[in-house]
Amino acid sequence: MSTSQNEAAQMAGRRQGGFNRWFNKRFPMDKMLREHITEYYASKNLNWWFVFGSLALVVLIIQIVSGIFLTMSYKPAADEAFASVEYIMRDVNWGWLIRYMHSTGASMFFIVVYVHMFRGLMYGSYKSPRELIWIFGMFIYLALAAEAFFGYLLPWGQMSYWGAQVIVSLFGAIPVVGESLVEWIRGDFFISDITLNRFFALHVIALPLVLVGLVAVHIIALHEVGSNNPDGIEIKEKKGPDGIPLDGIPFHPYHTAKDLVAFVAFAIVFAAILFFAPEMGGYFLEHANFEAADPLKTPEHIAPVWYFTPFYAILRAVPDKLGGVILMGSAMILLFFLPWLDRSPVKSVRYRGWMFKLALGVFVISFIVLGFLGTQPATGVYTLLARIFTVLYFAFFLLMPIYTKLDKTKPVPERVTYHG
Amino acid sequence: MVRKIIACALMLMAPVIVSAAGGGGHVERANIDISNEANLQRGAKYFVNYCLGCHSAKYVRYNRLAMDLGLTEDQLVDNLMFTGERPFDTMDNAIPDVDSANWFGRTPPDLSLTARARGADWVYSFLRSFYLDPSKPTGTNNLVLPGASMPHVLWDLQGIQEAVYRTETGPDGNPHEVFDRFEIVQPGRLSPEEFDGVASDLAAFLTYISEPVQLERKSLGIKVILFLVVLFLFAFLFKKELWKDVR
Repeated sequence: MSTSQNEAAQMAGRRQGGFNRWFNKRFPMDKMLREHITEYYASKNLNWWFVFGSLALVVLIIQIVSGIFLTMSYKPAADEAFASVEYIMRDVNWGWLIRYMHSTGASMFFIVVYVHMFRGLMYGSYKSPRELIWIFGMFIYLALAAEAFFGYLLPWGQMSYWGAQVIVSLFGAIPVVGESLVEWIRGDFFISDITLNRFFALHVIALPLVLVGLVAVHIIALHEVGSNNPDGIEIKEKKGPDGIPLDGIPFHPYHTAKDLVAFVAFAIVFAAILFFAPEMGGYFLEHANFEAADPLKTPEHIAPVWYFTPFYAILRAVPDKLGGVILMGSAMILLFFLPWLDRSPVKSVRYRGWMFKLALGVFVISFIVLGFLGTQPATGVYTLLARIFTVLYFAFFLLMPIYTKLDKTKPVPERVTYHG
Repeated sequence: MVRKIIACALMLMAPVIVSAAGGGGHVERANIDISNEANLQRGAKYFVNYCLGCHSAKYVRYNRLAMDLGLTEDQLVDNLMFTGERPFDTMDNAIPDVDSANWFGRTPPDLSLTARARGADWVYSFLRSFYLDPSKPTGTNNLVLPGASMPHVLWDLQGIQEAVYRTETGPDGNPHEVFDRFEIVQPGRLSPEEFDGVASDLAAFLTYISEPVQLERKSLGIKVILFLVVLFLFAFLFKKELWKDVR
């Protein structure tokens, strides 16, 4: 710490009242607020793509709070679960609002996280020195997927039941131990009351703990190396005499004010869905899930919720069950290796050549098309399309070391571009 | 910047743009209006008279009905409650499940959420699509739900109809029979138009009971969104003012 900083800290200490000083001697509240909020410097040229991290945190809070209230009235038992959800929807004061917040929040969580990840791809936020942020983020995504999967069984509707049946049975494709593993997961020979009870425990305790922990780690790593920006320039390399990055502005109040604008815009979209289309045409709440789970009646068409459908389409694109499971797993696992697959000297798409731009465009289109195909029955031309786009999806990763190396990059400027 | 915000908002709405698939064959539009209290009141009347004997609506409370349909408790008890329940009870059916399973081959399903699972159009079309089929134990079959174990309960209102088929050449070049239309062979108490009204009132009622709060959530939604729009304006101006000194 320099002398001037010491003096500033002492000044601040003198200004504090008795309680604040007493408190901060015992807990570094002021220090933490400075490090993470008021003196955390992020580039001034962050665009609106960069608000989705904060939005993800907001949705996490919405899910936790609405989830706590749902838990107060929900009953995790096979013969009571479906009725208890209807009880929440009809008899609990504002129960419908809490339930729709949670169901809308689940899908919005994935939309926000997918956009957040896309921003990372676009601006190379996974590249050195941010590899760990990306990897922690990928673990958050996996935990979120597990959280959503366990939660989806809880309403105990037909799609809850049969969706869980299909996904859990995937583990049966593993040679030798597969069948015993499936039985161990379910705790029974089929999806039953026992399965529901343990999924409830995992959904309300285990995974939220994991998620919150991972989010903390994700943010700590981010604040250690600093946020990326649309130019992919390390602002810490150009500091002023005061030790503050020349292109950095304090997270609070500047970025918090900006995030607030984004949050209110997000809340408008959220409210529009919640109040006017909570089922979102059967995508956020599937129609078949308004029928109670019936182990003896298989629905005509089982499809996972939209946020899993890209991976579901990849699974079905392979004629062999084990092969499909392996490919689906790889589709997620490959993302972890992005920091090392990308050999480009620049981070941001702004300074990359046409090859990366084309690859990224094809990847996004593949993901969306696969997502659509996953909601449809796997027949004829759809299966063919699923195979083509599965190949394109994997090509984005597997060819990345080649095209990022060959790609002609533009020179990156010294300072970030900002037109105030 | 506003354009970018709108673009982001549009991205968040992306799943809306992909429309949902659904519905089976021969389902017609019901054109229901659940904001019309009279429709729902008539639907409730038909429901307790024709459906509730066999089907339950076990998540629906009578007094909630009265509240949402603009009925007093006396009106409710006199017109819609016939089996000695109390107003805060749920709408349970009269037939024990064991008996109905014996008599019809399966227990009539609870109808609280049928419209939400299958859609109002399905309910409307199902009620209009019973036709004579001597091969069935009930004497009728249903075009929307082939092999339905439910008899044509509304026969005395609709009358009895036959399905008329026409021959068409399929894509494989072979002729096959397709459904053409229904023909009334024994008129009921109502004209076809009046009966369609009954079916649509019932569809409206089932839609309402599948999510009672839908009557109020939209009006609350408008208020919430108006508030948020005003808040957005303030947040936006605040941000703009604050960022003025960022160069």
